[in-house]
Amino acid sequence: MTDKSDGTDWVALMRAIRDHRDEAAFAKLFQHFAPKVKGFLMKSGSVASQAEECAQDVMATVWQKAHLFDPSRASVATWIFTIARNRRIDGLRKDRQPEPEDLVWGPDSEPDQADVYEMQQENDRLGRAIARLPEAQRALIERAFFGDLTHRELAAETGLPLGTIKSRIRLALDRLRQHMS
Amino acid sequence: MTIRHHVSDALLTAYAAGSLPEAFSLVVATHLSLCDECRARAGALDAVGGSLMEETAPVALSEGSLASVMARLDRQIERPAPVRRADPRAPTPLADYVGGRLEDVRWRALGGGVRQAILPTGGEAIARLLWIPGGQAVPDHGHRGLELTLVLQGAFRDETDRFGAGDLEIADQELEHTPVAERGLDCICLAATDAPLRFNSFLPKLVQPFFRI
Repeated sequence: MTDKSDGTDWVALMRAIRDHRDEAAFAKLFQHFAPKVKGFLMKSGSVASQAEECAQDVMATVWQKAHLFDPSRASVATWIFTIARNRRIDGLRKDRQPEPEDLVWGPDSEPDQADVYEMQQENDRLGRAIARLPEAQRALIERAFFGDLTHRELAAETGLPLGTIKSRIRLALDRLRQHMS
Repeated sequence: MTIRHHVSDALLTAYAAGSLPEAFSLVVATHLSLCDECRARAGALDAVGGSLMEETAPVALSEGSLASVMARLDRQIERPAPVRRADPRAPTPLADYVGGRLEDVRWRALGGGVRQAILPTGGEAIARLLWIPGGQAVPDHGHRGLELTLVLQGAFRDETDRFGAGDLEIADQELEHTPVAERGLDCICLAATDAPLRFNSFLPKLVQPFFRI
């Protein structure tokens, strides 16, 4: 449930934003994530001014769409990554990135706490596994996500434990579908 | 809906990385809206992206950026109801391009009762809706690049297999195929190509530039 080093409970901050429009919670998220989004975008080829503008838009979207964040299906970092990916301003491309249909818990319902806990744990495990990857493998994955890998290269095995995280998300989706029907 | 044909790992990774042309992303996002198995796979790849972003060296924003973002935040507590599909066959990513019902799209005849509608995506790849009457064939064709075909209604068969609602066929330049809609319900598909299709008979070739196939 916590970020690896400083122990901040990002999920709780997201709830505070969603339920109470908590500006202090938003400031904390902004201070941690906005520079990472900016760094990520610059690594993907954006110039500093574009990356800055985009990072600000991403953080405004975090506030605006807080009700769509489902901690039983993603960590806060992952959710913010998906927003950044979709808003990425790439000088050469004018494409949008269409997103799957939103699936949301109702206004008076929450995912199961145990599912949320497991999901956040699973994300921490994935983060550690990526950190432990041999340099060549890590470089391959980074190239995939920083945007210059061909489809053939993408087919290479990553060796990451993605099966468990996929199963967790699948379970969370099943529970959400049951709740929605 | 029993989905048997899914998004490949390579495509899903490219989608997670945000490196697909818009037309392909549209097909993938529409499939993910129909297929929880692939949505979960995509979520696992997103988690890789999230971890990489978390590990990225931060770059400080300019002074006052937090204040300027704060100044434009809406203080209302909003929990808008999820968007309902105007047409149950068109999940929201697709509905964003077609508006209302599939019947009301500006279809153009391709011959043999087959109709198509090009969707307004940016980038080099082209997305189109195809409407194939039950029992009818789409002209025999190969591809210069990649073709994704997602079934929204009905089903088709080609040399490789049967594709029903929610199924995604991924065809590359190796595949020459003649998709035939099953008898019964008309088959409606969302397709994306990254290069013009090559038709193997004379007539379709003539109309090709006009119809942007």
